[in-house]
Amino acid sequence: MLTAVPISWFLTLSAVLFALGVAGFLFRRNVITVFMSIELMLNAVNLSFITFSYHRQEVNGHLYAFFVMVVAAAEAAVGLAIILTIFKNRGTLNIDEIDSMKK
Amino acid sequence: MDSFIVISLIKVVVVFAVLMTTLAYLQWVERKVIAHIQVRPGPYRVGPHGLLQPLADVVKLITKEDMLPPYVNKPLYLLAPFLAITMSLLSISVIPFGPEIEVAGHRTYMQLTDLNIGVLFVLAVSAMGVYGIALAGWSSNNKYALLGGLRSSAQMISYELPLSLAIAAPLLLSNTLSLRELVNSQAGGIWHWNVLHGPFPQIFSFIIFLIAGFAETNRVPFDLPEAENELVAGFHTEYSSMKFASFFMAEYANMITVSCMATLLFLGGWVAPWPAEYGSSFVPAAVFAFAGLMALYHGANPGRRRDRYTLPVFGVVFLIIAAIFLLPMVQSWLAPLFWFCAKTGGILFTFMWIRGTLPRFRYDQLMGFTWKFLFPVAMVNLLVTGFLVALRP
Amino acid sequence: MDVILFLVFAVIAVVCAINVVVQTHPISSAISLVGVMGSLAVLYLLLGAEFLAAAQVIVYAGAIMVLFVFVIMLLNAGAETRKGRSLLVQLLGVPLLVAFLGLMAYFVQRLYPQSTSVHFGGFTKGGAKEIGRALFTTYLLPFEVTSILILIAIVGAIVLARKEGD
Repeated sequence: MLTAVPISWFLTLSAVLFALGVAGFLFRRNVITVFMSIELMLNAVNLSFITFSYHRQEVNGHLYAFFVMVVAAAEAAVGLAIILTIFKNRGTLNIDEIDSMKK
Repeated sequence: MDSFIVISLIKVVVVFAVLMTTLAYLQWVERKVIAHIQVRPGPYRVGPHGLLQPLADVVKLITKEDMLPPYVNKPLYLLAPFLAITMSLLSISVIPFGPEIEVAGHRTYMQLTDLNIGVLFVLAVSAMGVYGIALAGWSSNNKYALLGGLRSSAQMISYELPLSLAIAAPLLLSNTLSLRELVNSQAGGIWHWNVLHGPFPQIFSFIIFLIAGFAETNRVPFDLPEAENELVAGFHTEYSSMKFASFFMAEYANMITVSCMATLLFLGGWVAPWPAEYGSSFVPAAVFAFAGLMALYHGANPGRRRDRYTLPVFGVVFLIIAAIFLLPMVQSWLAPLFWFCAKTGGILFTFMWIRGTLPRFRYDQLMGFTWKFLFPVAMVNLLVTGFLVALRP
Repeated sequence: MDVILFLVFAVIAVVCAINVVVQTHPISSAISLVGVMGSLAVLYLLLGAEFLAAAQVIVYAGAIMVLFVFVIMLLNAGAETRKGRSLLVQLLGVPLLVAFLGLMAYFVQRLYPQSTSVHFGGFTKGGAKEIGRALFTTYLLPFEVTSILILIAIVGAIVLARKEGD
């Protein structure tokens, strides 16, 4: 019986979460849900970084994951401000209708 | 391994029972304190001095009709009070109440669990507590509730920043994130407590932490989101019976957490003001004996007729507790526990004192206060602390 | 014990992630995403990353997702209506996704068969002290650059969300 988790299980979980993020990004029409799928993809990549850091027994992977988190925070702030402005100007959150720069 | 699980379960049951009783009686204490500030008696009919009032309140809240309005978003409506109370109670699990004790041959700490990132755990759990309030406001499908919920969440997030910076400053002095090591680094008497010790006494951090703590727990002067005369009842307008009681309990549990964290970070936890060799272990016994004698004296010529019977009983109870504090067998862990509870109780009294004294902030004044004053002051405080710690030889 | 913990929280993470993609109303997706981040924080603890688990809950679940929830509540745009998609997309969508997944899982299994096993205590260098040391020595330049990045993001968000006519 297993007493410890093989590392490939963590990597498979990361792959599953990444694929679900890609599915949400490509198939959903609401722009906020698309944005949340991007965050899901970033989380899956963070899990990968930390898993490999465990595998190599060094702390650099944690640092990369930390910087991914910081950049994701900055991106979420600016992205949501852009979404607010788009909603104010176009009145819709459906990305099929926000597909040109001209109104 | 087995004894570890059994001891942990016993500790969980004890802490939970004491915490629930404290939550109920904290409300009694608050009502009495605010009443005496406003020169009126407070609850005094239900039981001697109103001591059974919390029991009456619990019975009332449990037996009220538990409505589920048809226009609310049901999953989120039911999830919100659950999140609020869970996150509030979770942060008590890492608070150390006293030193190591030995019970029936097993040595254990007076703490449910000691994480090496204890301070970050408390911050993380209080960050998740924002969801309970935001979802309660949203799911109620009610303009006042939504407004109260959004305002309260924005206030809690804005005040998390000065709170974190005010927590970071004494951590520079103590060099650890574990709550038990934090107290151990302040051992030795009042001059070693973080509020008075080190290259830069952390008085400003203490004040900033308390102010941010008032805002995090939605207490006066920052309680506009649940103000009765402005917003009906804020984010918990549509809740009744036990769900409403959950929000109430969550607020008091948050208050207890903030007071415990202030005690651990700044006031030295369970460390006595002067070391035990010079007799500080007799202070608890002296305090309780004095309280007992006062109760007996006032029982002899009481102001109200019924106090002739109740005050002497309290006097005798206090004298018995004073005698327990003198037993050498329990003094090693009972005296530190007394100091921890005394300091936490002092800060809780400050919460109630300010509630009875100050008016509330308007919402734009509240937000302007944190972003334009408190956050820069907390940053400068952290910079000065770091600079002085780095210059230490 | 570690295996049970991993399986429980991995299943919770996958179920919440499927919920994020499948739910029509954005607020249900947001709450499910908070669930994903919480279970990922537990998995980070299993991998010995204590500081990152706390940072994940404080920063990601406690601040970024609250921002998402705020914007959804403010915009109040409602549930998404499902318009018709072309037949090709409906037929090929899920099978292609499963094929992509299977390919990645196969590669992962080939490269890392059973080499390392993860258990509590297998990695002790993930605490705040080690991260702080690496952050301020080896990674000092990225640290300073991200501080400027955050400043830019703050200024950008304030400019974009300002009322017109100010």
